[in-house]
Amino acid sequence: MIDQVPLSHYLLLSAILFTIGAGGVLIRRNVIVILMCVEIMMNAVNLTFVAFSRYLDSATGQIFVFMIMVVAAVEVAIGLALLVELNRHKESTNIDEFNSLKG
Amino acid sequence: MQLIFFYILAVVAVISALGVIFNRNLVHSALALLVNFCTVAIFYFMLNAQFLGVVQILVYAGAVIVLFLFVVMLLGADLGEQVTNWVTPQTLLAVGLSMILLTVVGSSVFEYPVQGAHGDLTMVAVQQYGQVQLIGAALFTDYLLSFELAGVLLLVGIVGVIWLGRLVPQKVKETKQV
Repeated sequence: MIDQVPLSHYLLLSAILFTIGAGGVLIRRNVIVILMCVEIMMNAVNLTFVAFSRYLDSATGQIFVFMIMVVAAVEVAIGLALLVELNRHKESTNIDEFNSLKG
Repeated sequence: MQLIFFYILAVVAVISALGVIFNRNLVHSALALLVNFCTVAIFYFMLNAQFLGVVQILVYAGAVIVLFLFVVMLLGADLGEQVTNWVTPQTLLAVGLSMILLTVVGSSVFEYPVQGAHGDLTMVAVQQYGQVQLIGAALFTDYLLSFELAGVLLLVGIVGVIWLGRLVPQKVKETKQV
């Protein structure tokens, strides 16, 4: 039994969310907001996986999402730790300030 | 009925995602992100993926948002960019590029019909064995290696974060010399 919401609705919604996330990465220059937008994009992809998993009756999509969640949690932790470390060198979280690899 | 609920939730999800970008206050952005994560969790519940919905709330709304808020409070919300005007050439270019991306991705949704082999996570099986048991069985048989690797990745993440968050070695050396 397939529920009433068509698959294309979920795919289109996740496309819109992914686009908003990508646009946010381009528009904003604050590293914290950019990380948040990356999270929005990951959630959009996860939604696609779960929708396909539902409509193909497959557990594989949900396992994929589970793994993506693990990677996303690690990525946020590492990214924010890097940001705190960067903030010790330059008193800013603006990505335009971080233009030098050395010290 | 479910379709109306879907549309309302979709509007909330899109508005909260836009709120993450177009909020000047970082704390407000993080809270908008929390709303977005919760709507996605409700979509998981609607898609009959209850386990992932709970994990989404636990991991994202519970851990990731708290981490974001913690860093925002630690570094101060006033750091970074000072947005005075949203309508700049760069913003317009970014919006244009996003619209192109949306057109490409959105048209591909309608262009290619969904096809593929149906698996064994059917409604009958879910009612008989339960969602979590079926996913757990798949996770510990077919995907055991990736499950173990996820554990290793988490360990590496923990060690990496502790190493990154340590005191700067130079200062330690200076205090030792003194």
